[in-house]
Amino acid sequence: MKVRVYVTLKKGVLDPQGKAIHHALEGLGFAGVNDVRAGKLIELDVDVGTSDGDVEEMCRKLLANTVIENYRIERAETAA
Amino acid sequence: MRSAVIVFPGSNCDRDMAEALRLVSGRAPEMVWHRESELPAGLDLIAIPGGFSYGDYLRSGAMAAQSPVMRAVGEAAARGVPVLGVCNGFQVLTEARLLPGALMRNSGIRFVGRDVAVTVENSQSAFTARYEAGEEIVIPVAHHDGNFQADAETLDRLEGEGRVAFRYVGDVNGSARGIAGILNPAGNVLGMMPHPERAVEAAHGLADGRRLFEGLLETVGQPA
Repeated sequence: MKVRVYVTLKKGVLDPQGKAIHHALEGLGFAGVNDVRAGKLIELDVDVGTSDGDVEEMCRKLLANTVIENYRIERAETAA
Repeated sequence: MRSAVIVFPGSNCDRDMAEALRLVSGRAPEMVWHRESELPAGLDLIAIPGGFSYGDYLRSGAMAAQSPVMRAVGEAAARGVPVLGVCNGFQVLTEARLLPGALMRNSGIRFVGRDVAVTVENSQSAFTARYEAGEEIVIPVAHHDGNFQADAETLDRLEGEGRVAFRYVGDVNGSARGIAGILNPAGNVLGMMPHPERAVEAAHGLADGRRLFEGLLETVGQPA
C-alpha cells in the first residue's frame, strides 16, 4: 500500500530555498508568482495493516522535524 | 580528561576534534563508531564533530540522531556528562532533541565558510569557563545549514536562562537573535556552529577555540 507524506515548512518559517526559486522564476520572466514554498514528498510502500497512527509516529519521529515542519499524510486510495 | 569523539558515516571534522582534544588534554580521545550502543566507561566529555553525517539526507543530522550511539549519548547527557556538538554535531543534538530549535538552510542560501566574530554570552558553563562574559572571539564557521530557528517562547527562555552561549557579531546565516551556540537547561550540553577545534594552535592562525577545551579540562577533566 502506498502512502504519501508531504512535509512542508510551517507558516511563518522563513524558506530560503522557496525564496531562491521565486527569484529564479522572476528572472525567467514569469510574472504573477506571489510566493514559493519548497517542501518534500516522501512515498512509502507499507504493509496493508499499517495504521494511520503508525504513519503519524513515523512522521513525528523522523520524517518531519515538527519544530519547523508540518506533515500531511495521503493514502494511495484517496490519492488522485 | 577522558573523552570520546562520535564518528558517523560522513563525519569529516572528527580527526580535527580528536587532535584538538589530544593537544589540549594530552590524551587522545576514543573514537566511537555510530553503530556502537554503548560508550566507553568513565567519560569526562563526549564530542559530536562536524561534517555531513549520512550525506545530510532528509535533514542535516536527522539520520545520525536516530543511530544507536545517540541513545547512549542521551543517557550520558542525562547523567550530566558534558556533550559538545559542533556544526553537524549541533544539528544532530537538535534533531535528537537534546537541544531545542532547529538549524535551517542559511538565509543567504550559500554555504558560509569564513572566520567570524562571536561574543561569549555565558562564561559560567564548563565549556566557556576560560572566557570572559561579553568577550569577542574569532572562530571559523563552515556550514550550509546554520540558521538557528525556534519559536519566540523558546528563544525568550534560552535568553532568560542564560542558555545562549555564543552570539554572532553581525548577521552570518540568518539565525534568530544571532544565536551561534546554546546550552541545555543543565548546562552540560553545548551545541555551536563555529568550529573551536579549528582554532587551537598557531598553525591555524587563530587560537580562540583553544580556551574552550582548556576550560573543559579544568572543570571536568581528571588527571590523565
